[in-house]
This record gives sequence, C-alpha cells and structure tokens, in this order.
Amino acid sequence: MDFALKKEHEMARALFKEFAEKEVKPLAQEVDETEEFPRATVEKMAKLGFLGIPVPKEYGGQGCDPLTYVMCVEELSKVCGTTGVIVSAHTSLCCDPIQTFGTEEQKQKYLVPLAKGEKLGAFGLTEPGAGTDAQGQQTKAVEDGDSYVINGSKIFITNGKEADVYVIFAVTGMIEKRGRMIKEISAFIVEKGTPGFTFGTKEKKMGIRGSSTYELIFTDCRVPKENLLGKLGQGFKIAMHTLDGGRIGIASQALGIAEGALERTIAYTKERKQFGKTIAQQQNTQFQLADMATKVEAAKLLVYKAALAKANQKEYGFEAAQAKLYAAEVAMEVTTKAVQLHGGYGYTREYDVERMMRDAKITEIYEGTSEVQRMVISAALLK
Amino acid sequence: MKIVVCIKQVPDTKGGVKFNPDGTLDRGAMLTIMNPDDKAGLEAALRLKDKYGAEVTVITMGLPKAEDVLREAMAMGADKGILVTDRVLGGADTWATSQTLAGAIRNLEYDLIITGRQAIDGDTAQVGPQISEHLGIPVISYAQKIEIEGDSVIVERQFDDRYHVLKAKMPCLITALAELNEPRYMTPGGIFDAVKADITVWGRANLVDVDDSNLGLKGSPTQIAKASDKVRKGAGEKVNLDPAESVDYIVGKLKEKHVI
Repeated sequence: MDFALKKEHEMARALFKEFAEKEVKPLAQEVDETEEFPRATVEKMAKLGFLGIPVPKEYGGQGCDPLTYVMCVEELSKVCGTTGVIVSAHTSLCCDPIQTFGTEEQKQKYLVPLAKGEKLGAFGLTEPGAGTDAQGQQTKAVEDGDSYVINGSKIFITNGKEADVYVIFAVTGMIEKRGRMIKEISAFIVEKGTPGFTFGTKEKKMGIRGSSTYELIFTDCRVPKENLLGKLGQGFKIAMHTLDGGRIGIASQALGIAEGALERTIAYTKERKQFGKTIAQQQNTQFQLADMATKVEAAKLLVYKAALAKANQKEYGFEAAQAKLYAAEVAMEVTTKAVQLHGGYGYTREYDVERMMRDAKITEIYEGTSEVQRMVISAALLK
Repeated sequence: MKIVVCIKQVPDTKGGVKFNPDGTLDRGAMLTIMNPDDKAGLEAALRLKDKYGAEVTVITMGLPKAEDVLREAMAMGADKGILVTDRVLGGADTWATSQTLAGAIRNLEYDLIITGRQAIDGDTAQVGPQISEHLGIPVISYAQKIEIEGDSVIVERQFDDRYHVLKAKMPCLITALAELNEPRYMTPGGIFDAVKADITVWGRANLVDVDDSNLGLKGSPTQIAKASDKVRKGAGEKVNLDPAESVDYIVGKLKEKHVI
C-alpha cells in the first residue's frame, strides 16, 4: 500500500491550486457578499476542462479519474466553497448520471456539451415534502403521445437558475413491492427553456451564498420521450447511484473548506500576539492545531479512498458515505475552532474563516445529511 | 511550421535557494518552476500553433528531474519534449549551455527557435543569442509581439522607451519577455497525456558538431568566485510620532549614522 500520489495527480493538484489562488481566491469574499454566481470563473474553468474532468475524452471530457476531480473540488473549496459546489453538482449530479445511464444519443446531445463546459448541469430530486425521504415525491410525469408531461416543483436546486441541463425525478406510477404499493420514480433530462419549466424563489442561504439555489417549477412541462434517462421506473436507482458519487464531491468540498480554514489559522496564530508572544506559542493553540490537522488528514484519506473506490469498484456507496460523514463533520469542527482561534477578528467578515464556518455547515446537510450517511453505513454493517 | 522552444527548470524563489560547496546551485535540493520568460516563449509558440498550425518541440538541458518541466510544457500543449542530460554537461555556464543546446538543435528541423530572454537564476540573457550565433541564424531579442508573414517573422522588440519592429526571414531565433503574454494553464487531460508521453533523452553522444572543450564545467569560461543567499534585513524599528516629531527623529537618525 502506497500513499504517494502519482505524477499526474501531483501535477493536477499544482494546476488546481494555482488556478484557485489566482482566479478564485480574489473573488471569494465578493461572491459571498453579493450572492452573485461567479459566471466569469465558471467560463474560465470550462475553457480549462474543469467541468468534465472524469468524463471520457470521446464525450468531450478530460479523461481523468475520480481522484483528479476530487482534487479539483478540494482545491477550489480551500479558497471558495461556492465555486467548489458548482463544479461538484455539475459533474457528479448531472454529467455522471447521463454518462452512466444515458443512451448514446443522450450522451452526444447532453454529455458532450456539459463535459466541454459549454453547458452547465443541475439535478432536481428534493421537494418540499421529499428530502431524505425520496418516496415523498409529489412531482408527476404522465405519458402523453410521444412526450411525458411533468407537473410539480423541486427546491434547493444547486446551479438552479444558471444551469442549462437538468436531471429531474418524477413519479410515473405506482408499483407493488413486497405486498405494498410504492411510487415508481423515473428520471428525465430537461432543458432550460422548455415551455412550462420556470424558476421560483431564490434561497437566501447561510453559506455558499454565490451558488445559485432555486426552486424549479414544472407546469404541464412537455418533455420528449427520448429524454427519459435510463428505463421507466429506474429513477430511484439512478438517484441513489448519483448521490453515491455526489457525496464524494461534497466530501471533497468539505475537506477543502477544512484545509483552507486550517491554513489560514496556522498563518494567523503565528502573527497574532497576546501576552507578549504569538498565540501559536501558547500550548492551547498548538494542541488545537494538532487536533485539527490530524482530523483533516484522516478526512483526506477517507475522501481519497472513496475516489479510488469509485474508480475501481462497482459499488462505492459505503466508502462515499463514510467520507462525506467524516469530512463534513471535520469541516464544521475545524472551521468552528478556526474562528475561535481567530478570536473577535474571526467573527468578522473581514477574515475568511467566518465565511468558511458558514460554508461548512451545508456539507453536513445536502446530498444526504450526516444522519442519512449513518443510516447508509450502519445498514451495510448490519446487512 | 516547426518551432523549437528552449526552456529551463529554475529554482522557485518562494522555496529558498541552496548552494553546492563550489558555489554552483544545488538544483536537486530546490523546489522548481518553469523559468517565467521561457514560459512566455512557450506560450508565444503555442499561440502561433493555434493561429497558423505548428509543431512545437520543447528542449531543456538539466538533471534527469528537468523532465518535469518538459511534461508541464506538454500539458500546456507542446507536442514533443527533449531532455539533454549527461554528467559531462554539468556545471555549464552560458557558453557551454548554448553550445550544448545548439548541438542538440542541429538534430532538428526548425523554422523558429524561441528562448526566454533570461533565466531568473542567472539573469545573463546570453544563452538565446549565443545559440543563434552557433547555428548561424538571425536573432531578435526582447520580443513583445510576434507575427508570421509568409516565410518571415515580424517582431516588436522592446527597446528602452520605444519598440522596434523587425522582420527576419526564417529560420531565426527570438528571445521572449515574460511581459509578452499571460501563459495558459495546463489542462487536466493534457496532464494525463503528458505523463504518459515519451520524452526523448539525449546525452553527449547525441550532440552534433560540438567539441568537448566547450562542454560542462571544463568548457565554461565563467568561474564563480563566491555565491551567497541574500542577507536578510533586520526587523527594523517602528516609532509612532506625529509628523513633525517623525521628521526630527528621522533626521537625527540619519545624522547619527553620518548619512547627512
């Protein structure tokens, strides 16, 4: 077993780090303050192929592996959690299900422009009454001639108004399973601009404030039959598979936020003087930093292990759940300690750690709360 | 069109500088980057490739680990990489370096050779023009803009408070300024391809028309008397006084040190 990174991963990290420092970091505070989607940054990332890192070259991607994608989200999130989640939602939640379940025609029509970054992707599963409980879905799709007609709404959709291509889940009927009638869910590819597809309110969020989080509304929205993703009734499987990958992306975002907060705290504690010496010379600070760094490293190993599992295994939901659970909780703990070690300054918006603490919180909630991750992990243990 | 770009792996000034006992740089022990002027030269070549179509070959002389800088160039878009490495080439000054690179380039077909103006570890600006001299082709130095017209190249050469527009028939050599452009980033896919790509490795035996007396430390007329890291300044003194008192204080200090 060798923990050394391969040459390509070292070079890719250097690339992502340089890009994040030069192009993303200078805007991070402004993006948070103004809550404006960083469109110019997304265009730069598109040009460099950052929106199609794990997608094969024949579909317009970069042909890299999941670990390279993880490092991209990690390095972006070290300086800006918003930018990290834009790439994560686009790649894991839209490119991945189309690559995995799409027909050749769907891949050519949607995956190629998504991977090239000409189009941005989003994913719509959550509804007001269906978060953790996907069976609570109310959005319906009814077959009508050569189309499906979708009615309903989705909330908290990342890249909401900025995306061009959406993977949307809807109930297409009822089926019997172990003597009970349950909802049959299917997945559809919906393009922005389809008549009947509009946007509701923009969420005002605690963190990742530059990410475009919107309600999607479908009113007699007619989607051609060829846009059914996978088979009819395969939606739940597609959603769960997609979220397994998505969790690795969010785990990477959480890892990056934690690393960013740790870096800034190390620098700050070496400068800040109290009682005639730097606070880094106080044993309390040293012990806090040691704990923070150790947990960050443990989170990194879990996240990278999950990325390798995605590359090498058919099923990787267990590894993804462990990585997301741990990295998200470490992100929250490390950013909270980072604010504490910054003292009063850390509570002001002048210092990055304040933003990072707000950004960290969502990683414990979206794409499966920490409680859901515990359910997934324990279910595998007790199988 | 065939373009050869000479690039150099130089110490990253952010990582600190280390010396060998003989005063030469301990290149094996330092963090390294692609020399900024060379990177601008590479970017210029890649833009010519984008605009007119070209095959871009990057070449470097250095330790085996200088291969890294070739792969970086290939991840940016260069087509081929050549590493010139041999124990007998070590310790080379600008003369021996330009002899070596010219000896290697004699194996290649080229319309244009682009080098950086100078490397941040030596700042001599001699290697590029010397290569052109050895190869017997024209040189246009300090290029801030490069265009191709038929079989000629038109270059804006920076010159104090103005620039000169020069035209030369190819093949010729151009030295590029870091200000020439903003070099592109690598791409993730480019990195994966570059890591797998073959790098041509040449040694002394592959150099054409070069005498041993012009190579390595022995072939270098430059002898280093002494080299040292820059001396760190002290913490200085900070005083908080109103403007009039500050002036008196500073004048007093200058008098005390016999500056005025």
